[in-house]
Amino acid sequence: MSNAPAEALPTEEVDLSYANKVIDKYLTLPGNLMPVLQGIQDEYGFVPKPAIDLVAERLNVYPSQIYGVLTFYAQFHLKPRGRFIIRVCVGTACHVQGAERIVETFFEKLGIGHAETSPDLRYTFEKVACLGACGMAPLAMVNDDTFGKMTVQKVGEIITEYNQRPLK
Amino acid sequence: MGAQAEIKILICQGTGGISAGARKVESEFRKVLDEKGIQAVVGKRCDVINTGCRGLCANDVLVDIVDPELGRVTYDFVQPEEVAQIIDEHIVKRSPIEKRKAKPYYNTFVDSQMRIVMSGCGQIDPESLQAYLEEDGFKAIEKCVKEMKPADVIDEVKKSGLRGRGGGGFPTGMKWSFCAASQGKQKYLICNADEGDPGAFMDRSVLEGDPYCIIEGMMIAAYAIGCTKGYVYVRAEYPLAIDRLQKALDVCYQKNYLGHNIQGWGFDFDLIIKKGAGAFVCGEETALMASIEGERGMPRPRPPFPAVKGLWAKPTNINNVETFANVRHIINKGADWYGSLGTDTTKGTKIFAVTGKVKHTGLVEVPAGMTVRSVIYDVCGGIANNRKFKAVQAGGPSGGCIPSEVLDTPVDYDSLIKAGAMMGSGGLVVMDETTCMVDVARFFLTFTRDESCGKCVPCRIGLKVMLDILERITEGRGQAGDIETLLEMGSTIKKASLCGLGQTAPNPILSTIRYFRHEYEAHINDKRCPSNCCKELLLWQVVEDKCVKCGACFKACPSDAIVWEKGQIAYLDKEKCTKCKSCYDACRFMAIE
Repeated sequence: MSNAPAEALPTEEVDLSYANKVIDKYLTLPGNLMPVLQGIQDEYGFVPKPAIDLVAERLNVYPSQIYGVLTFYAQFHLKPRGRFIIRVCVGTACHVQGAERIVETFFEKLGIGHAETSPDLRYTFEKVACLGACGMAPLAMVNDDTFGKMTVQKVGEIITEYNQRPLK
Repeated sequence: MGAQAEIKILICQGTGGISAGARKVESEFRKVLDEKGIQAVVGKRCDVINTGCRGLCANDVLVDIVDPELGRVTYDFVQPEEVAQIIDEHIVKRSPIEKRKAKPYYNTFVDSQMRIVMSGCGQIDPESLQAYLEEDGFKAIEKCVKEMKPADVIDEVKKSGLRGRGGGGFPTGMKWSFCAASQGKQKYLICNADEGDPGAFMDRSVLEGDPYCIIEGMMIAAYAIGCTKGYVYVRAEYPLAIDRLQKALDVCYQKNYLGHNIQGWGFDFDLIIKKGAGAFVCGEETALMASIEGERGMPRPRPPFPAVKGLWAKPTNINNVETFANVRHIINKGADWYGSLGTDTTKGTKIFAVTGKVKHTGLVEVPAGMTVRSVIYDVCGGIANNRKFKAVQAGGPSGGCIPSEVLDTPVDYDSLIKAGAMMGSGGLVVMDETTCMVDVARFFLTFTRDESCGKCVPCRIGLKVMLDILERITEGRGQAGDIETLLEMGSTIKKASLCGLGQTAPNPILSTIRYFRHEYEAHINDKRCPSNCCKELLLWQVVEDKCVKCGACFKACPSDAIVWEKGQIAYLDKEKCTKCKSCYDACRFMAIE
């Protein structure tokens, strides 16, 4: 798995005031590591390294333990993510309705694979286990927009549409 | 205001509806009504904010037009371009378009179910405490606290025969009694709403559609067991469910349905939400507790059982969303009433998420004991596209496949296990003749391999080795003896794994070998995929005898590999073909193989 080049965003220069606020909020809650990391990711879009060091220091846990948690759960990201998150459902219902070739067509057209981000930070592509709309299988999502009954042709239409959207 | 002002247009806007284009339909309705100067209320029907899903997402976009004189008319598969016509005929000329109405099966689908757990979903506003109270909300907990001792509550639940709906089917009352008997001042109650199974979404629906009933179910359990603190562990992928539940919790705290000395009954209970972070194994109770404690969600060996030593090393009781949702009905209507539903060993109802190659996919709640055949053919209308039924996969990655020979298996815990599947989370994925069973087994194993936490060797290494073998087979490199190796490894992994994930992960393989061994053999011995599914084993071509020259394959092909002209038999250029299967799916005459 290769991710987006790290230099795409200067990850070292992160304004940590927000991270500090999240830690303040959960400081006394038992089992606070996950809510803290989730809060940080909500703000920055991923969990930046300086924030990990800060969490380690303030919650008094080893950074290795934090990395352990971050890499265990599918939801945490250690690198910047694209403006448009394309998610293709590969749950059972979508699988039997041909999700795999939807995924492959995206791979082909975007030039990135699963959990990868395009170098211009426009797209991040992810296969996900179930989006809970099995009646519309196969299903794809771009950010919050849902596209049901996907076909190989629709993949091209979606990419054309989102290529025209501004990056900011 | 005239009569026309009272017309309500309700548009289905659940996840299914939106993906079928409901937002466009809504804006079209607003636009045309505006242009014509007609007053009508345009609202969301299937969005759980107002009413909630009736479960038939496959027919989206569903539009209800409610008129005081004409009653309620449901249209299905509504497209934006049809909106003007519907408005013109139905609202202006007051004559509903008979041809466009939802077909009678829509009513069959709705009427053939028995809704207990989902009785509130789609009927009440999930964000309104008042609406819940009007439906006898919090009556059950009041009855418990005022009229029953904790032991009586446990006895009532035991007598009802309720079994855990998370999949395992352990008797709920008994589970409660273990935790109640445990020593310790502080005990915890957890609602497992992690629902990681691909293809199952009933927990989400209940949380979104009727969050108060989960809170009340948990209050009853807390009273019975003697604990004052509870957690709801929800998948973070369910933002709407979390939002609704949080709002309900806030309201309960404001109105003193949660917190200290609830309603002056002398009973305390605190409840908070913990968001999961995307790990299937966290549905396992010991892993889930580790996750709440802020660790990696890894299971640990049992005993000690959670009832003795659970969250923060205190006695803990965990139940699934659907289990808690049943509880208030048992208390309100009595154990005898509940016990009269279902079969001898499985009482009550079960919600199934029926998906795959079936005509009407959706969420259905049926009495336990209905046959699988009846769920698929009577409630959900049978197989789509005139194809033949092959199997139904029950119970997600922990379950197995049921072939047509055992379709008359009743849906209860024990019969399903006997058939080689299990109730699991209640996913039913229907497969037709175009689904390859070896590929399905490979699919589930890919999932369980990815989601294995890696703590114990049988699961971490065993699943990987089995997956390698399956991949080889689907790519045409299967060897003699592979099937035997899979069988042997499968039974070893089941016995030797630490938690439920590993103990059930081989089920899809074992059940497909049991019923579809010939498909494995065709892949291994003849290097052929009988269902035309495994890509590496296929070379597509047009069967000229069957081709009706319709051109459907030509239109579907994304890589210009099909040559076709009107009135001509199609020709497939193998050089250009990317084996994407679009043509195969498009062809209604099985003329491509």
